[in-house]
Amino acid sequence: MTTAEMLELDRLREEVAQWRARFDAAKKRNALFANSGDVVDPVYTALDIAGDGSALELPGEYPFTRGIHSTGYRGKLWTMRQFAGFGTAPETNARYKYLLSHGQTGLSVAFDFPTLMGYDSDHPRSEGEVGKCGVAISSLADMETLFEGIPLDKVSTSMTINGPAVILFAFYVAAAEKQGVDIKELRGTIQNDILKEYMAQHAWVYPIEPALRLIVDNFAWSAEHVPLWNTISISGYHIREAGATAAQELAFTLADGFTYVERGLARGLDVDDFAPRLSFFWDIHNDFFEEIAKLRAARRIWARHLKERFGAKDPRSLIMRFHSQTAGVTLTAQQPMNNVVRVAYQAMAAVLGGTQSLHTNSMDETLALPTEQAVQVALRTQQVLAYETGVPNVADPLGGSYYVEALTDKLEQEAEALFEQIAEVGGVVHGLETGWLQRKIAESSSRQQWEIEQHRRTIVGVNEFVTEEGELTIPLLKVSEAAEREQRARMAQMRAARDNALVESRLTALREASRTDTNLMPFILDCARAYCTLYEIRAAMEEVFGAYREPVFF
Amino acid sequence: MRPIRVLVAKPGLDGHDRGAKVVAAALRDAGMEVIYTGLHQTPEMIATAAIQEDVDVVGLSILSGAHMTLIPRVLDLLRADGRDDILVTGGGIIPREDMDALEARGTGRLFGPGTPTSELVDYIHDWFEARESQTA
Repeated sequence: MTTAEMLELDRLREEVAQWRARFDAAKKRNALFANSGDVVDPVYTALDIAGDGSALELPGEYPFTRGIHSTGYRGKLWTMRQFAGFGTAPETNARYKYLLSHGQTGLSVAFDFPTLMGYDSDHPRSEGEVGKCGVAISSLADMETLFEGIPLDKVSTSMTINGPAVILFAFYVAAAEKQGVDIKELRGTIQNDILKEYMAQHAWVYPIEPALRLIVDNFAWSAEHVPLWNTISISGYHIREAGATAAQELAFTLADGFTYVERGLARGLDVDDFAPRLSFFWDIHNDFFEEIAKLRAARRIWARHLKERFGAKDPRSLIMRFHSQTAGVTLTAQQPMNNVVRVAYQAMAAVLGGTQSLHTNSMDETLALPTEQAVQVALRTQQVLAYETGVPNVADPLGGSYYVEALTDKLEQEAEALFEQIAEVGGVVHGLETGWLQRKIAESSSRQQWEIEQHRRTIVGVNEFVTEEGELTIPLLKVSEAAEREQRARMAQMRAARDNALVESRLTALREASRTDTNLMPFILDCARAYCTLYEIRAAMEEVFGAYREPVFF
Repeated sequence: MRPIRVLVAKPGLDGHDRGAKVVAAALRDAGMEVIYTGLHQTPEMIATAAIQEDVDVVGLSILSGAHMTLIPRVLDLLRADGRDDILVTGGGIIPREDMDALEARGTGRLFGPGTPTSELVDYIHDWFEARESQTA
């Protein structure tokens, strides 16, 4: 730094000090909202950022704070990807065609709880839950119906599935084969992030170690056979929804990501063979600038760790690509129309943070699955943002803002501090086994509830600005009770029509392979092709792997 | 007065336990004895636990849409065992008309998103006092 520059900084320090004295003396509002509970400064200046800001790289350059594409959104807009699924495969197939005809550009499958847990629709544990929270998919036959008339080489499909992810993925690959599509053309994502299931979302099947083995099996198989497929979507979304702060979401999710990389390396894979297919998924909460900073920090941390710690050389290994969804937990059942506004702000934060794809929640989701009208408003919210606001015209338009840069730095530092704490408790896997990570999230969730009840955190329409009427003024979707009946009938038909001797031999082969170190993906795919059901495949491996038991506490 | 015993339970396959845990902690902080079942419980597991633990109240948290199947089954199992003195209450993502139907079927009050925990505490206290004064 030259003498002139140092004098300039001294002058700025003096100016800020005088300003601060005037600020402290002035009358101010008491209520100050900061999502993660931290106090933010009333103004930010050059004093709050590292260096003089000229070190800030351009978009598309390492460490990608400003985005992964040099063209920002001028090359390609984000993918508008609404998560959808309910009832039976034919009903959801119709919803997908509706969404595609209204300008949606990618599909995202919501499965029902039995499917998420690896139960068939006709399993006793599925009773009452079939098709309720998503679509029921119990075999290749259902997957074929789900994508009937939708060429799988022409759409990209995201599937939110974790515990039995490899099985549903095998159904999808087999469905593509049946359509005559070259599977090398398949584009999309399976969530497949089991660590955050133990941490937050809780749709698990197997114990941690065999579950991680299946994930790495899939990394290795997919690199060879479906090179464009994202093998995992390392998800902060559910961690945040369960109560984590922005910094915890950032740190716990990235720590999960590093754990997957470590497991891939331990298998003997080259980091550059699988890291380019790792993708992420973030929750976009209410604190506008904090969320933007979180996304910027996430890209920077990932790039630095992949390069410096894991020795990645391929630039595609260093860039963090991610999906975002507006925060379901911020929606209110009270005055549900207000949710449209919350979602619009959150969507804008996601785009200012440089998301690759986005789901905007529907206003009615605290009451039921969304209606078609509510989903349309949510999709239109993205289209207004994309085509009317001008926001996508400039890459990282907030880059260089003292506040946003300072917040980005701060979140990065907080995440690094949390990485150290996780290392001290023995890493992510051990932190899950002891419940340390789950407790951290539960503590944050309890604190937020307390803040709301103490009116320290304002939720419009819930603890302030309450109206007596207007509890329920919007129409709700009813999932037909017939879905379960129809699905059971379809399964009975399918079981009768398939070659049951082939089913048995494929399941036996999978069970035997599970006892060895061999890659299980080809065996699971063979089961899928023979119309083995989800639960049959799950159970074959469970005989060898056992089931996960959660540490129960509150 | 002895402490009120509450079983907080998660029936069905949904993994959303944020609400259940917040409620369990709030009831404990209000002086109740709280047992939490953990996730993925069947109605049979819940009814058995409620009877074995001799609770006054069962609080069911359900966000999967399966409430019309799972909540009546817990009620029926408790009744079959002659334990209709146990209050079955709860909450989650349950549309108003379903809440009305379930309350008509014999549950206590059901609560939706945004309910302050103090409201649950007051409700359970009031119910318990009313029951004790009847049996006294």
